Amino acid sequence: MPAKPWGWMLARWLWLAMLLPLTACSERPWNNPYPAAEDDQNILYASFRERPKHLDPARSYSSNEYLFIAQIYEPPLQYHYLKRPYTLVPLTAAAMPQARYYDAQGREIPPAEARDGSRPVAYTVYEIRIRPGIRYQPHPAFARDASGRYLYHDLDPQRLRGIHTLADFPETDTRELVAADYVYQIKRLAHPRLFSPIFGIMREYIVGLDELAARLREADREMRAAGGTYLDLTRFPLAGVEVVDRYTYRIKVRGKYPQLLYWLAMPFFAPMPPEADRFYSQPGMAEKNITLDWYPVGTGPYMLTVNDPNRRMVLERNPNFHGERYPEEGEPEDRAAGLLVDAGRPLPFIDKVVFSLEKEDIPYWNKFLQGYYDTSGITSDSFDQAIRVSGEGEVALSEAMQAKGIRLVTAVNTSIFYLGFNMLDPVVGGYGERQRKLRRAISIALDFEEYLSIFANGRGIPAQGPIPPGIFGHRQGRAGINPYVYEWRDGRPVRKSIGEARRLLAEAGYAGGVDQETGRPLVLYFDVTAMGPDDKARLEWYRKQFQKLDIQLVIRSTDYNRFQDKIRNGNAQIFIWGWNADYPDPENFLFLLYGPNGKVKHHGENAANYANPEFDRLFEQMKTMDNGPRRQALIDRMVDIVRRDAPWVWAFHPKGYTLYHAWYHNVKPNLMANNVLKYRRVDPQLRQRLRAEWNRPVLWPLGLAGLLLVLLVLPAWWSYLRRIRRPALVSGRA
Amino acid sequence: MLAYIVRRLLYAVPILIGINLITFVLFFVVNTPDDMARMHLGMKHVTPEAIAEWKAARGYDKPLLYNEARDGLQRFTDTIFFEKSVRLFAFQFGRSDAGRDIGYDIYQRMWPSLAIAVPVLVFGLLANITAALLLVFFRATYVDTLGVVLLVIMMSVSSLFYIIAGQYVIGKLLHLVPISGYDGGWNALKFIVLPVCIAVLYGLGSGARWYRTLFLEEAGKDYVRTARAKGLSERVVLFRHVLRNALIPILTGVVVILPLLFMGSLVLESFFGIPGLGSYTIDAIRAQDFAIVRAMVFLGSVLYILGLLLTDISYTLVDPRVRIS
Repeated sequence: MPAKPWGWMLARWLWLAMLLPLTACSERPWNNPYPAAEDDQNILYASFRERPKHLDPARSYSSNEYLFIAQIYEPPLQYHYLKRPYTLVPLTAAAMPQARYYDAQGREIPPAEARDGSRPVAYTVYEIRIRPGIRYQPHPAFARDASGRYLYHDLDPQRLRGIHTLADFPETDTRELVAADYVYQIKRLAHPRLFSPIFGIMREYIVGLDELAARLREADREMRAAGGTYLDLTRFPLAGVEVVDRYTYRIKVRGKYPQLLYWLAMPFFAPMPPEADRFYSQPGMAEKNITLDWYPVGTGPYMLTVNDPNRRMVLERNPNFHGERYPEEGEPEDRAAGLLVDAGRPLPFIDKVVFSLEKEDIPYWNKFLQGYYDTSGITSDSFDQAIRVSGEGEVALSEAMQAKGIRLVTAVNTSIFYLGFNMLDPVVGGYGERQRKLRRAISIALDFEEYLSIFANGRGIPAQGPIPPGIFGHRQGRAGINPYVYEWRDGRPVRKSIGEARRLLAEAGYAGGVDQETGRPLVLYFDVTAMGPDDKARLEWYRKQFQKLDIQLVIRSTDYNRFQDKIRNGNAQIFIWGWNADYPDPENFLFLLYGPNGKVKHHGENAANYANPEFDRLFEQMKTMDNGPRRQALIDRMVDIVRRDAPWVWAFHPKGYTLYHAWYHNVKPNLMANNVLKYRRVDPQLRQRLRAEWNRPVLWPLGLAGLLLVLLVLPAWWSYLRRIRRPALVSGRA
Repeated sequence: MLAYIVRRLLYAVPILIGINLITFVLFFVVNTPDDMARMHLGMKHVTPEAIAEWKAARGYDKPLLYNEARDGLQRFTDTIFFEKSVRLFAFQFGRSDAGRDIGYDIYQRMWPSLAIAVPVLVFGLLANITAALLLVFFRATYVDTLGVVLLVIMMSVSSLFYIIAGQYVIGKLLHLVPISGYDGGWNALKFIVLPVCIAVLYGLGSGARWYRTLFLEEAGKDYVRTARAKGLSERVVLFRHVLRNALIPILTGVVVILPLLFMGSLVLESFFGIPGLGSYTIDAIRAQDFAIVRAMVFLGSVLYILGLLLTDISYTLVDPRVRIS
């Protein structure tokens, strides 16, 4: 067969390249990462950055873990989705539990007397009644045979051989939620092998928890010595927590601890069926990674059906969900924002939530813009692309985002970043006027308005004290400014001048950055964790802020572990730290400055080791009070004390920016609630249409590239042909 | 041959013990068992008692290398090092500090790594050889000069640039493949096309240059001149003579990396969301999970030793002049 001429070949390739765009007429985008079967399904697409460490409600304490388990486990209480300030409402509880107070002799104290402190409260009892008829998700732990025996509670190695995931158990069943399941879970907080992060706090309050932990430790040791694997907690009574009847249980705490109600809205206090614990504790299950830490079992709107944290995790609608309705009331502006369109409709709206592993910001952002993720935060890299800041500082979406129908919601987080002074340090620490003035001078010099503008694209507000907005005790406006650092001018807080800071520094005995006693320059040490290229500019900024006062700042960079050691041992001088609220109560922020919570002496969370007897006394009064004018007055006094002492430079409260697509509905930031997916709704048809519109394959560059390649190869080919046809010897030269 | 292989395998034992010891020392210089406990227990409300219990439950409450409280051999065996190392030699990786079965995780994650690494090796080899042969064919012409300049530029650019540019152009602008992600079975194809192309392109600069050097060296030898003198065409000279002889160093170079294909690519897997062993190792380092780090370093060392052994054996297969004794 004769060889075809190269021109014919070229024409054929060009023709193919021209045909290629026609194949793009197919509606489904080529770059769609999801299976075609999911195209018009009622699915929410989200992502996770790293594998959740724990899915066991007794152990989980991270937002990336709550993302999953808060949709599965149901504690008795929850936060109202729309109301602000954050309000607790019943979830599985029939009503909000009412506290009953008792003195040391066991006599009940009228609530009014307990609240005003006229009679000392020895114990508080909360009785929680749950709604009947709530059922668990289908799970093999509940499966029984005809005689009522559990099918999978006595598995031998032979039966386990073919089991690799929970889905390999063919039979599942359910049962009704009972009060004993809540009691069982509270006992699990004291389990010696679970290391619940809140055991240290709860042992101080829940009567008998400490004693239970000691008994369980002993029993666990004996059980393991005998080769056992399941510690049956139902055999161990817990003095402070008891089952009253099938649907009621009671928690007894020492003294007054109103914050317990907030804890009752967290997965730590979600129910745990003993059957599940027993099922997962069987020998050989942990070796197959079939554990409670991996496969949750709950009563919530969703259940985890795919747990492959190397790739994706999938929540699907729990067929046994008891039902709940979208809230019918919220804040006044919620109706205008369309957040009450679904009022009264049954929850959840979404059938399935697919979380894909996405470790890097750039691919995530690009996939969000292509419509493959329904919502996204904004990184510094993509900020300019997404947000336009007007001359007046108003934030709006860029035109490109608006054209795609993307919407923006913002919220100041209930968290704080601060620059802490180690109060045990001989230079920056201490409670004398000299040290106070030094710290106040530094507080003025550190211009966090500038910091937020440079390093956070303005996403944050400068902090005036330890309590963030949205938490009771925070004051807005003129009454809320820190008078030691700010002045109220033209209706807004203005940072005091650097001249004022220099004056304070001089009064502290460091005029011009020189210690007047020794004549040596003032050198301070800033302890930070290992710095990357991004941190370098940030640290340079800090150095420049101190230079305004002629103070030399030495950056002591170390790895995170050594940094933690320094903080624990009190060897750090100045450091950056932060705190995110567990619950919306001022106690959860002010305890960071409570003396008996000091890091060095008491291993607490008070990293600055601040200890002021007056503050501590007020804190002890304030922490058990109900919100009201008296509590606000105490908080005002406490905040004034710490502003005067300045153990922290109150840096800023970060502001979260969230983008979401036009097909995603009912988005309202709720910084306390984690079980929010049940309120969200998507319009899959609109999403499918827009995805197809935004992601049509563009093929002409490929044709062009092919053509260029041909044009490049042609001279080479021509040269090759010329070379092989060239005679070895040219006649006439020989 | 058999005696040689056995001897080499025996040599591997002290090497592996040494590697294990170095990994252990390096890891615990940076992370104490207390640090590990804190990392696993979380940052909030961690009590000293919880740390002590976590360490005791995982055997990190013992001395690192030498136990003064014990007698005799137990001074060395009742230590973290011994207890955490000895099972590795039976390839029992045990459970991670977070409680997962490491052997199972490695088995699960090696397939995505291989799904990327094998095509990258095959297509990379083809691309490198083709490009190198082309440059050798046009040696001392403008094609060769421009080609070498291009290759030097390509090898000077960071792999991150290829990844980000590839994702931007192919995934974002042209919408041809998903930007990142992974799926099982044949569905994996659409996810691996882009990372494979990028990895092949990134490797082309250094690979083709090296192969070009090998080919040029062969092309200057006497037997090639003889082949040309016989009147063979340049194509026949290159493919039948130069390529065949230059393949010896190429093949041995490939054999040494074959076992390491299991280990995956750190950057590529991270950017493309591929759940392979490369990202497994990185995640473990970040999470201070010594059990996984130790298992992966051990596995990597074993595979590298295996690769070197295979290289030696492959020498004898491709070059009859080489004999191992």
